[in-house]
Amino acid sequence: MRKFLFCVSALVLAIALVVPGLAQGEESIRDKVKKRGKLICGVHGGLPGFSFLSEDGKWSGFDADYGRAIAAAVLGDPDKVEFVPLKAPERFPALQTGEIDVLIRNTTWTLTRDTQVGADFAPPTFYDGQGFMLAKALGITSLEELAGASIGVTAGSTTELNLTDTMRALGIDFNPVVFEEIDTLYNSYEQGRCDVVTSDKSQLVARRQVLKDPEAHIILDATISKEPLGPVTVHGDNKWNDVVSWVVYATFFAEEHEITQANVSTFETDNPEIKRFLGKTGDTGKQLGLPQDWAHQVINAVGNYGEVFERNLTPLGLPRGVNKPWTQGGLLYAMPFR
Amino acid sequence: MSELEHTQEIKPPHSSKAVLPWLKENLFSTWYNTLLTLFALGIVYFVLKGILVWAFTDANWDVIPANLRLFLVGPYPKTEIWRVWIVLYTVCALAGLSGGIWGGLTLRFAVGIGGAGIVCTLLPIDMATFSWTTRGWILGGVALIAALFFVGIRSRDFSPKMRRWVLVGWILSFPWTLIMLRGFGENAIPTTNWGGLLLTLILAAVGICFCFPLGVLLALGRRSTLPAVKWVSIAYIEIIRGVPLVTILFMAQIMIPIFMPDVRLDKVLRAMLALTFFSAAYMAENVRGGLQAIPRGQHEAAQALGLNYVQSTVFIVLPQALRSVIPAIVGQFIALFKDTSLVTIVGLLDLLGIAKIVIANPDWLGLQAEVYLFVAVIYFVFCYLMSYVSQQIETSLGVGKT
Repeated sequence: MRKFLFCVSALVLAIALVVPGLAQGEESIRDKVKKRGKLICGVHGGLPGFSFLSEDGKWSGFDADYGRAIAAAVLGDPDKVEFVPLKAPERFPALQTGEIDVLIRNTTWTLTRDTQVGADFAPPTFYDGQGFMLAKALGITSLEELAGASIGVTAGSTTELNLTDTMRALGIDFNPVVFEEIDTLYNSYEQGRCDVVTSDKSQLVARRQVLKDPEAHIILDATISKEPLGPVTVHGDNKWNDVVSWVVYATFFAEEHEITQANVSTFETDNPEIKRFLGKTGDTGKQLGLPQDWAHQVINAVGNYGEVFERNLTPLGLPRGVNKPWTQGGLLYAMPFR
Repeated sequence: MSELEHTQEIKPPHSSKAVLPWLKENLFSTWYNTLLTLFALGIVYFVLKGILVWAFTDANWDVIPANLRLFLVGPYPKTEIWRVWIVLYTVCALAGLSGGIWGGLTLRFAVGIGGAGIVCTLLPIDMATFSWTTRGWILGGVALIAALFFVGIRSRDFSPKMRRWVLVGWILSFPWTLIMLRGFGENAIPTTNWGGLLLTLILAAVGICFCFPLGVLLALGRRSTLPAVKWVSIAYIEIIRGVPLVTILFMAQIMIPIFMPDVRLDKVLRAMLALTFFSAAYMAENVRGGLQAIPRGQHEAAQALGLNYVQSTVFIVLPQALRSVIPAIVGQFIALFKDTSLVTIVGLLDLLGIAKIVIANPDWLGLQAEVYLFVAVIYFVFCYLMSYVSQQIETSLGVGKT
């Protein structure tokens, strides 16, 4: 099945190379969304903390909140968004053919995707990386000590590739145990069929929570890959990419300046940049083709970055890590609002 | 002849015996049979014990009632749920009427729906998740079946045309269901919001109802004497049968939008088309098997009576052909019903897709065994129902009797 999915993705990729991006002079998605009165947002649909259906049938999670933020900025209403769950092979075709307006589906920003697949990336909303989880009792703290260990990994993913590359570079012999499904991977790990399990750290943390004794397992500090995940728009629609990017920056900016969902409507300040941000002066909205109070709407709808993170990912036990404002030593850096 | 008259009558051997002699004769007759019996009992004991202990101690079944709504309708908007009720009531009304008019199997169908409804209202599920209002709605449906059942019985006397109207009603219930669920204009509910059992049933129903006529046409086409019709049918059947369903679904979801950027086909519609076209090819071969079993004489007799091709096919050949391949056709329907679960890989939220999403909810992480088991039970109930109905149809048509 994995192999088959891989072939399909390869075929789709090949076709995608042939299909040109947005033709010159075509209407921007920004205006299409306004006309339609609804944003269509592609999501993963089954990723704990990022996008899933809550019991009452509403889409929830970190990615879903960013979809709502964009809807709030463009349409002034965070509920005017339709979520479309997508599988990995169909996410880029869905974007190119205009079936979705924006893709927020744990998509890693890579050179090939940026240049060849017809995608444009907005700033990453979550910096992930591949890590390792193992039993605390083993007393292992670094990658070098993993010699001879059996390491569980899902088949056909970049995770598998990263693992082999890293271990070869370090000259460590190991025994890969390959699984088709994520659920079987963690079940087998718990039953001791492999000593170590490797995956994106966000996934490891979330899954550790539901192991029988979470405290008995540790996640190594080492991170062997960079996985910057963020919203994606179709290649060549710069106006629309600007909108999505600045919605993301708005959530960064608000956290930097401690503007929250609760205080955004009453926020008093003499800082000219914050005044521009809140739409009290300047014309940031006009320049983006959005209502004057767009950033206010975003924060009012979902809160600042920290609030979105704490609402969706902190309950999973995910630490902020590098996903902190640059002022606190993290990687989140909003471009100036002027 | 006289020999026969004097033959002594012997009573048939006892078919039923007391428990102990039966056990001794069948399970413990020799030492190795005893050993095998004990061994098998041991295995059954350990498996059952494992399952039961897990189900009653380890398993966390809270995940099912908490997400019941998702399993049933997926992300269908709460405020629009009355649309689903209207569809259900339509089916109840038609089932009740049919039961009254035809009796027999249709009556059992109506009673079955009603019984299932009553059982549902009695389920010991927390009132917060499964409210009195919902239970009331279900009982309303049961009452509707009962009421229209009596209307149906009465109509046997005064309105012979009623049968035709009910048939028309069943046919119209299809577009009615789709229109009702989708809605119109600004407030239309996008099909991406259809999900759960609702989507599974719609996909299966559409697939079954459309693949059957298409399959019959293809089967007739393959036996046609017109070369164009014949070769097109053969090509269609062989190409579709030579490709896995997954491929066709991927083609429909990924390739169609790329090849035809100007045509916007709904995602669910594309899945319906893929399932229908795929099943039609298999259906065609099943039906063809039945057609080949009809002796040539039937055709010739029909011709001799002055029937043309259409008449002899519709009235003479097809009824006999279809009757003999009911098991194969129902088998195909059941396969189609289960194949609907493949639409998860193109991102539709059918019953299985919803199951995968439910176990991604941080509150319910790690409960895949419970969720998948629940989904398996639902699939089994529906598949077994189809199988049961087909057995009843066979019995009532006298298939297999010599």
